[in-house]
Amino acid sequence: MRGETQRSAMDLLRSEPMQLVQLIIPVESAHCSISYLGDLGLFQFKDLNSEKSPFQRTYATQIKRCGEMARKLRFFKEQMTKAGLSPYARSAISDDVYLDNLEVKLGELEAELIEMNANNEKLQHSYNELIEYKLVVQKASEFFHSAQNHAAVKQREVEAHQSGEGSIDSPLLLEQEMVTDPSKQVKLGFVSGIIQREKSLAFERILFRATRGNVFLKQSAVEGPVTDPASGEKAEKNVFVVFYSGERVRNKIVKICEAFGANRYSFTEDLGKQFQIIAEVSGRIEELKTTIDVGLVHQINLLQTIACHFEQWSHLVKKEKSIYHTLNMLSIDVTRKCLVAEGWCPVFATNKIQNVLQHATVDSNSQIGTIFHVLQTKESPPTYFHTNKFTYAFQEIVDAYGIAKYQEANPGVFTIITFPFLFAVMFGDWGHGICLLLATSYFIIKEKKFSSQELGDITEMIFGGRYVIMMMAIFSIYTGLLYNEFFSVPFELFAPSAYGCRDPSCRDATTAGLVKVRATYPFGVDPKWHGTRSELPFLNSMKMKMSILLGVAQMNLGIILSYFNAKFYGNELNIWHQFLPQMIFLNSLFGYLSLLIVVKWCTGSQADLYHVMIYMFLSPTDDLGENQLFSGQKFLQILLLLAALVSVPWMLFPKPFLLKKQHDERHRGQSYALLETNLDDSDGTELHHGSSSHEEFQFSEIFVHQLIHTIEFVLGAVSNTASYLRLWALSLAHSELSSVFYDKVLLLAWGFNNITILIIGLIVFICATVGVLLVMETLSAFLHALRLHWVEFQGKFYEGEGYKFQPFSFASLGKEDE
Amino acid sequence: MYGFEAMTFNIHGGYLEAIVRGHRAGLLTAADYNNLCQCETLDDIKMHLSATDYGPYLQNEPSPLHTTTVVEKCTLKLVDEYKHMLCQATEPLSTFLEYITYGHMIDNVVLIVTGTLHERDVQELLEKCHPLGMFDSIATLAVAQNMRELYRLVLVDTPLAPYFSECITSEDLDDMNIEIMRNTLYKAYLEDFYKFCQKLGGATAEIMSDLLAFEADRRAVNITINSIGTELTRDDRRKLYSNFGLLYPYGHEELAVCEDIDQVRGAMEKYPPYQSIFSKLSYGESQMLDKAFYEEEVKRLCLAFEQQFHYGVFFAYMRLREQEIRNLMWISECVAQNQKSRVHDSVVFIF
Repeated sequence: MRGETQRSAMDLLRSEPMQLVQLIIPVESAHCSISYLGDLGLFQFKDLNSEKSPFQRTYATQIKRCGEMARKLRFFKEQMTKAGLSPYARSAISDDVYLDNLEVKLGELEAELIEMNANNEKLQHSYNELIEYKLVVQKASEFFHSAQNHAAVKQREVEAHQSGEGSIDSPLLLEQEMVTDPSKQVKLGFVSGIIQREKSLAFERILFRATRGNVFLKQSAVEGPVTDPASGEKAEKNVFVVFYSGERVRNKIVKICEAFGANRYSFTEDLGKQFQIIAEVSGRIEELKTTIDVGLVHQINLLQTIACHFEQWSHLVKKEKSIYHTLNMLSIDVTRKCLVAEGWCPVFATNKIQNVLQHATVDSNSQIGTIFHVLQTKESPPTYFHTNKFTYAFQEIVDAYGIAKYQEANPGVFTIITFPFLFAVMFGDWGHGICLLLATSYFIIKEKKFSSQELGDITEMIFGGRYVIMMMAIFSIYTGLLYNEFFSVPFELFAPSAYGCRDPSCRDATTAGLVKVRATYPFGVDPKWHGTRSELPFLNSMKMKMSILLGVAQMNLGIILSYFNAKFYGNELNIWHQFLPQMIFLNSLFGYLSLLIVVKWCTGSQADLYHVMIYMFLSPTDDLGENQLFSGQKFLQILLLLAALVSVPWMLFPKPFLLKKQHDERHRGQSYALLETNLDDSDGTELHHGSSSHEEFQFSEIFVHQLIHTIEFVLGAVSNTASYLRLWALSLAHSELSSVFYDKVLLLAWGFNNITILIIGLIVFICATVGVLLVMETLSAFLHALRLHWVEFQGKFYEGEGYKFQPFSFASLGKEDE
Repeated sequence: MYGFEAMTFNIHGGYLEAIVRGHRAGLLTAADYNNLCQCETLDDIKMHLSATDYGPYLQNEPSPLHTTTVVEKCTLKLVDEYKHMLCQATEPLSTFLEYITYGHMIDNVVLIVTGTLHERDVQELLEKCHPLGMFDSIATLAVAQNMRELYRLVLVDTPLAPYFSECITSEDLDDMNIEIMRNTLYKAYLEDFYKFCQKLGGATAEIMSDLLAFEADRRAVNITINSIGTELTRDDRRKLYSNFGLLYPYGHEELAVCEDIDQVRGAMEKYPPYQSIFSKLSYGESQMLDKAFYEEEVKRLCLAFEQQFHYGVFFAYMRLREQEIRNLMWISECVAQNQKSRVHDSVVFIF
């Protein structure tokens, strides 16, 4: 058993050894044990009650209680946001809060708050009502006042007419009408009230229809929104007065008012009384206002005390809920004395878990300790990599493709270096690299601050990958120095350039070229290459060859990893009939190409490698002529070609036949073995073995599968090598783009000798550099590096069919709920 | 443009069809119903529903739950989904969606009018109305005394107005009148909806005419059964049947003269699709007929999802959800009243 300190550096290559463990926990210490295990966060519980529906499980009531408390907390939160309070992030932590107490407390608080709200609402209701009443009285009295004035004027006119008696043109009827005796006049009734403005039109229409036009409706708009007493929402409203005659019409009007939610308020015609009412109402409004204010202050005080504890409470409730959820996954013993848990834990955590369980037993004053018991199983354990904040993001890149099978070789180890390196090959510019490094170091320096707070979607992603970006930036600076690019400007950093003009006047520098005058430039590309006519052919040739070398190296690494996998799982078949022919095939073609490239670089030969490779297939026996790089090359080529040709059927045929043979042997062996195993006492485990190997063996299926694999590998060897040329292509695009921005924007603007143009040019240059080169190019280079890893590298060996170890842990609780 | 919907349907209808199919995936399954039927209390039901699409609507309800709250919240979810779809819809889908709610509108009108007749409080009645069938001046219905007023005052502004042409009388409202009004309105509505779907053409017409014909036939049977032994004359009864559907016209003639349930059965068994429904029932029984019809309807509605590029899915989805809410209501009631043995009586499994 290993302690955590003894764990070696290569732990990331294989996932942690896991074990299936059975815990038998006495009921009285179950809650405590689960809670401690949650704090530890290294135990993944298996659901032993999956066939039971959630409410039939043992602890359903407790979960319901927690749900209820969570609801109350949500209610508090809602109230707090309404009052403009936010829960204090660092609330007073006192550990001695228990669930039962909390439940009572929350219940009390909720009741108090609801009562307070109800009171406030009641007060608010009458307050709003009074305000509406006041408005109605004011507006209606205006109607009446203006109507009376109007009537008085009319009266005077009529009187004037009457005084001018005898004038012939005065209408007779009018006169008669005016002098009808008061007893015959119909007494008009009226209803006054207030209605929402958008409903007023429909209201008028319905009134008209219902009474056949026998009403007179007068409306006037109230400036500003009025709060509706019933709903408590603000709305634009109209004050109305309806005049009618007759009791039946009155009933109808009242009903219509109700239907439209129009609030009716009584009103007197008497002016004196009106003033009295207004004064009274205003007085009461004042009173209510102070009462409401006091109530609100009280409520805010209460909410503030809640806000103090809110975070702690909600954390506790979440924790309890998760504990009971976990308890529900345990199966309960028939005697109801103990709970049985099954689950996975890493082997190194055995001691810790046992300690924790012992603590739990002591703390809960239990008589009996928890039994920790390792089970044997054929089931595939979960995959658990012990990552830190640096390796985490790299492991995520691999996990995004597929979770490693249990103890499978983990490409994440190599990804830490190869991923940023391949990225940098495409992104080689030490100026841009420094920009990236500065940006990511901001995130790394502020790490503590950022990790505790909520970030946006994209920021979150960048923050999560901050160490990946850091590595990418560092490697970009390195490759940038190799390419000698700084925003596409060359620098003579390490030594003066090796090349010089033929003569001091430098007249024929662009036509006849330069000559070598000093020792070769010690590191990277000579700065003199930049801007020459032969720059592109030179760089292309170099980068292309480099891409192939890198690609072949990485693919070889992938195949070698498949060897380690086969060895680890003890699969001889895969070593001899998969790893070996694959190695031979890849290296006899592309390994040979790499060798030629290196030889060509070393010897400075002018051989045409395309020609060599193509004619190696077309006419292997022909003489190589001037393309010969070393003696015996022709013989070697024929040998390699034969090896490649042999390795294809080698990959295809032996494996399925050998599998069939193995299967047959096992079957034949089993009929004999049955007797033997009966003699042995290990019949329980043997049963397991038997059931798993009894799978249907279909030769045709396996053969077709192998055929597909072979074709995929053979074609893949060619296409994957070609795929690595993207390293060259993207690096070319990057350097060309940056030189375009530098030459065509910055230098062009510089040429005008005008400060404004220069500033504009500078701004455009910076925007283009940041937007296109730093953001978009980073993204595209990232994606291409990702592809090279997922398809070309991991495709060679990685199965990725495991599942992740998801321990029961309180630490991950907060994130899930957000 | 029969057969060519695939070319243009997605321009306007694609998004909403995707949405509605997504909603459909959220319908409760038989496994859910089995679990729900085992619940002991309403809180169990809430707990179970919190894992489904209804979760967000129920999670903030305080614990002593009532059946009405469950149903209300579930309906609220349906209404929210409907409103969202209606907002996103363009013509003619928006009209189609509006047509779906007219049935509820008729029910609401009838509910309010009956309620007022029995002098119930209007606010109380309004709470009972189906939220999909609400319209602005619905509360004003309480003012009306007879059919003519009802029409003149309120309904002339609603989409139901044209359906009223057949039932404007000055008679005072009574229960019988109202029931006849409901059926007349429903008849007019179904016929109008049917015509509208025919006008849309294509797969919509094909599928919707099937669904609507089933609806019309079911109503015809229900009208017949309910009117047996009342003073409704044969001619009046005949007038309430919709003028389309499998039973039209000869089946209607037969139904119109039926005097008891077995005669209805005799008339219906001549139609193969309905034969299977009636064969499930024993003679003289009409209790289980509703459930049998519902089951058949659910089967047909589910089939509507098998074809793409038509509006029938919207209708089918709304109907299936309503059935689901009815199921939930029944289960909740049974659980609340400790009648668990009767849970299975009226639950119609959808999947």
